[in-house]
Amino acid sequence: MSATNKKAPKTRLSRLATAAVWSIVSVALFTGIWEFCWYMRWANPMLLPPPHMFLQDLFYVGRLFDKSTRLGNPSDMEVVVTVLRTIGATIMRVIIGLAAALLVSLAVGMAIRYSPTFGKLVMPVINLLAPVSPIGWLPVAMLIFGLGDAPAIFLVYIALFFIMTLATLHLIDSLPPSYVQAARILGASRLQIFFHVVLPAILPGLFVVLRTNMFAALMIVLIAESVGVGGGLGLVVIIARNTFDAQLAFFTMFIIGIVGFVLDLVLRNIQRRVLNWQS
Amino acid sequence: MSEASNSTTAPDGAPAISCKGTGKIWGAGTDRAVEALKDFNLDVGQNEFVVLLGPSGCGKSTLLYLIAGLEDLTEGTIEGHGVPVTGPDSDRSLIFQESSLYPWLSVVENVAFGLKLRGMTKSRRRKVAEQLLIDVGLGGFETKRPDELSGGMRQRAAVARALAMEPSVLLMDEPFAALDVQTRTKLQDFLIQIWRDSGASVLFVTHHIDEAMALADRVVVFTARPGTVKSIVPIDMPRPRDPRDPAIHALRDHLIDLLADEVDRAFAEQEQISDKDKIRA
Repeated sequence: MSATNKKAPKTRLSRLATAAVWSIVSVALFTGIWEFCWYMRWANPMLLPPPHMFLQDLFYVGRLFDKSTRLGNPSDMEVVVTVLRTIGATIMRVIIGLAAALLVSLAVGMAIRYSPTFGKLVMPVINLLAPVSPIGWLPVAMLIFGLGDAPAIFLVYIALFFIMTLATLHLIDSLPPSYVQAARILGASRLQIFFHVVLPAILPGLFVVLRTNMFAALMIVLIAESVGVGGGLGLVVIIARNTFDAQLAFFTMFIIGIVGFVLDLVLRNIQRRVLNWQS
Repeated sequence: MSEASNSTTAPDGAPAISCKGTGKIWGAGTDRAVEALKDFNLDVGQNEFVVLLGPSGCGKSTLLYLIAGLEDLTEGTIEGHGVPVTGPDSDRSLIFQESSLYPWLSVVENVAFGLKLRGMTKSRRRKVAEQLLIDVGLGGFETKRPDELSGGMRQRAAVARALAMEPSVLLMDEPFAALDVQTRTKLQDFLIQIWRDSGASVLFVTHHIDEAMALADRVVVFTARPGTVKSIVPIDMPRPRDPRDPAIHALRDHLIDLLADEVDRAFAEQEQISDKDKIRA
């Protein structure tokens, strides 16, 4: 173990470095082409401003993120706070929605497998509602929850709930029977089997489903925000559209990309640290 | 080597395991019902080593699951120390063919798992588990994960986990079937040692004649499905047993003869089934 531990950081570091170099080359190539098109005057900078244009004058762009800084003459600090608060609002909605979906679908999935009657009662409804697009839920969310955080969080939650409930069922069904049998032999109660065997056994798989659906959650929260549940990056996108502000649009896209990248990185790290037994 | 003198009662009181007219029909009452076990009678004495030998699909594993209390029987009775079996009990521990260690726990946490369920404090159960790991030859592997161990080491750890509960009966469902021959022989010696030290009764399922001869006080030969006792062959020879011993040779021939008929019957039945399918199709 000590031998592998000594070796692992070095190889991991070099792997990270290689990945970083390729990322830089990839992004540089993409922006290079874009900048070149601008330089050759093939791309209209009003419609397709290249990165060096939409990333300059950030304090001017940043003040458009919220109505509190849009007018008047806010300080740079106020603009930074505004931008971070907007990003934070979006991230918070995603995270709360994901967490709620994880907990509820885990509970519902377990209940279905523990009580066949409950399963027969709810499975048809789940199968009927699973294919309904989260966009379909949008009016319902606004009717029930009005404006604010709640409808956005609800949409994230509903986008993941069905898929994660079905994933929970699938993961429970594909557990080796000997896991539960061994626990029963050792005298485990049903509750102990759940918390000490089934839960730790399916959590890594469920987390993978959560992570792969995180981008969908981010998309749905932007849509919810763009139809006006109040604030967030989705609203900024719509402001950019309504004011034909290409600089703002691209800057926001840039931020959304980074937010998605960082969220994925964080989830991946949680997965590696907490659920490391399943490689 | 007479046919079934079926009553080796323990010297003190009730036998460790007693099956009377035990039967199991899978899917009873449906059109897919399969009779796996039929009118099975066997008493296992205290600290006796009994091997269940039979062709695959003859119901010997089914019997083990019934005794473990993991499945409900459909006929007859099973008693452990005179008490009817109604469910799993840590006094009768089952060791599976494939390791059922939990991959998210370290080896020592796996061994201590049953003690944790019983509510033993962390420091105490860790102490017990560490001693057991030393006993089964896995000292120094406490913090490893099960998938860092070899197949043989995993089965040793599984035995340690079972022994932590201090069972009076060890049920073993082809525990060494997935291992190579050398490892298997080592683990057979290991198991004999554990059996002597623990004083537990062992009920061991295998379809390997050599394994049965290396281990058993008595070999219970199964019929083809539905499984029942075809013959009980006592082996009154000191261990370790030399496979080149002429007495072992004679015994092997006898067991091969007993098994051959049943294997033929099992195959014939399978062909019949596939013929039926052909007619249907």
